[in-house]
Amino acid sequence: MSLSILSPGLLTTVQDLGRIGYQKEGIIVSGAMDALALRVANLLVGNEEKTAGLELTLLGPKIRFEADHLIALTGAGLAPTINGQPVRMSRPIFVRAGGVLQFAPQGTGCRVYMAVAGGIGVPEVLGSSSTYLRAGMGGWQGRALLTGDVLPCPGPTEITREFWQTIASASSAKAWAQATWTPSPELYPALQTSPIIRAVRGPEYDLFSAPSQDAFWRQEFTVTLASDRMGYRLRGAGAALALAQPQEMLSCAVPFGTVQVPADGNPIILLADHQTTGGYPRIAQAITADFSPLAQVPPGGKIRFQEVSLAEAQRLFCQQELHIRQLRQVLRLKNV
Amino acid sequence: MQNQSGGQIQRPQPHMYPLGDSGIVLHFSDVFDAPTQQAIRACCACLDQLNVPGLLEYVPAYTTLTIYYNPWLISQEGRCDPYERMTEIMEQMLAQAQTPAAESAPTVVEIPVCYGGQFGPDLEEVARNAGLSAADVIRLHGHGEYVVAMVGFAPGFPYLAGLNEQLAAPRKAQPRPRVPAGSVGIAGRQTGIYSISSPGGWQLIGRTPRRIFRPEHTIPSLLRAGDQVRFVSVSAAEFEQQNEHES
Repeated sequence: MSLSILSPGLLTTVQDLGRIGYQKEGIIVSGAMDALALRVANLLVGNEEKTAGLELTLLGPKIRFEADHLIALTGAGLAPTINGQPVRMSRPIFVRAGGVLQFAPQGTGCRVYMAVAGGIGVPEVLGSSSTYLRAGMGGWQGRALLTGDVLPCPGPTEITREFWQTIASASSAKAWAQATWTPSPELYPALQTSPIIRAVRGPEYDLFSAPSQDAFWRQEFTVTLASDRMGYRLRGAGAALALAQPQEMLSCAVPFGTVQVPADGNPIILLADHQTTGGYPRIAQAITADFSPLAQVPPGGKIRFQEVSLAEAQRLFCQQELHIRQLRQVLRLKNV
Repeated sequence: MQNQSGGQIQRPQPHMYPLGDSGIVLHFSDVFDAPTQQAIRACCACLDQLNVPGLLEYVPAYTTLTIYYNPWLISQEGRCDPYERMTEIMEQMLAQAQTPAAESAPTVVEIPVCYGGQFGPDLEEVARNAGLSAADVIRLHGHGEYVVAMVGFAPGFPYLAGLNEQLAAPRKAQPRPRVPAGSVGIAGRQTGIYSISSPGGWQLIGRTPRRIFRPEHTIPSLLRAGDQVRFVSVSAAEFEQQNEHES
């Protein structure tokens, strides 16, 4: 079973939930930018949440299915079609061999995830199938997909086969069929065009001047075109952010969501391909529960930050996990 | 610095602060020195032994140790306050790190280096900058005792502390678009080894034939925070004999 890449799109990579445990050796985490979307896509086809899928960016690829497949598409910003007919996001879709999936840009957001029942057959490197573009390792040959690539797929596991049969039985002779249901919207809320990203104060927040602290929470930032999977370079409408007293810092660990401020005063928010350590003062840290809307802001998009407490950030983290668990339970009921 | 008293080792005690909703930082000191580095090393050894669901990974740096966790799992699915639970786990780990059992001899790694020539295009510049001869630079760099302060910047890239102050040199005004893997460089008061070929602005004084980053190994990085490093000067012929790099 395999997928043929007829055209690659802007940046289509194999990603899972990241390479965990090697940051102490300077190896970045990588993984899906919108991890929640990938987890949901995997659950919809009966995969484990951490199974590798495809991350599609801004311009989708064109993919031909060389055998019957069960897939799910999540995330935002692209409208999918199979053999020219629109299909829905966020539900299992059964595609017969020969079906061609492609995308047109649509609405808010910039990343779509495709899960394939049984996963994608790429070898794990250091415990993960995620593509680490700069080091050329992991994923599909350490790089983004190109025209002519043929990705092997191991095919459905025992659990995914149950999902498969439920949907496939409805397809009869059609080229594809999709489930009539979708997960509850609170799990993956509709995206706003200029989202408010909630954040807690960063370790160096108190070192920033009072006007800079105030400006950080008040102003709107533009995600500049010099933004990628490593981080978004932000530019505010007002004055650049500055420390009350200039000072040098010793490098320290930095995670996904860190808002660091280099000397030029324009913040950078770190994302999935962030470096493991950094030496810039950290004014804020986006909360995990808002990583989805953050990951979906396209270049040129706008964001604002809103301060929340650590307790609130962790409550929202746990709430999201609870919703994921509920989805897992509901899906199990649907397919037994 | 280490006074034995009642079976305990007096190490610097860190203060702790959160790094977002999924991280906690142990901040040991404002300056990088041997006691700080030993305290971080002891904690890493203890963390390697801990098996707590939701504890994801740790990242040692100069004066800090950051631990990442999953708040949902660490709080047993929201049954307690995740950050409070993490501080408790860290307190227990720190107590463990005070015992002599956490003491272990640091790993010493010898790194062969071919200094100067095509491998060290900036050797003369570093020498001029220091008012020394190229031979002096090689002698002073090669006789240093170094410790890996941190691994970062690129996979497996070691930041080495312990450079002779006379050899301190500013970064290149124009970074090179491609520095070959194994290049040994100086930036400010640090020395380091390029683990993969990448752009870079360090002053290059030599190259090691050894591979510093080996993704096919279970422990891909040859050097880890806290390891001690000695450089051994080798000839160009010895470099070729020992060369582990591709092409």
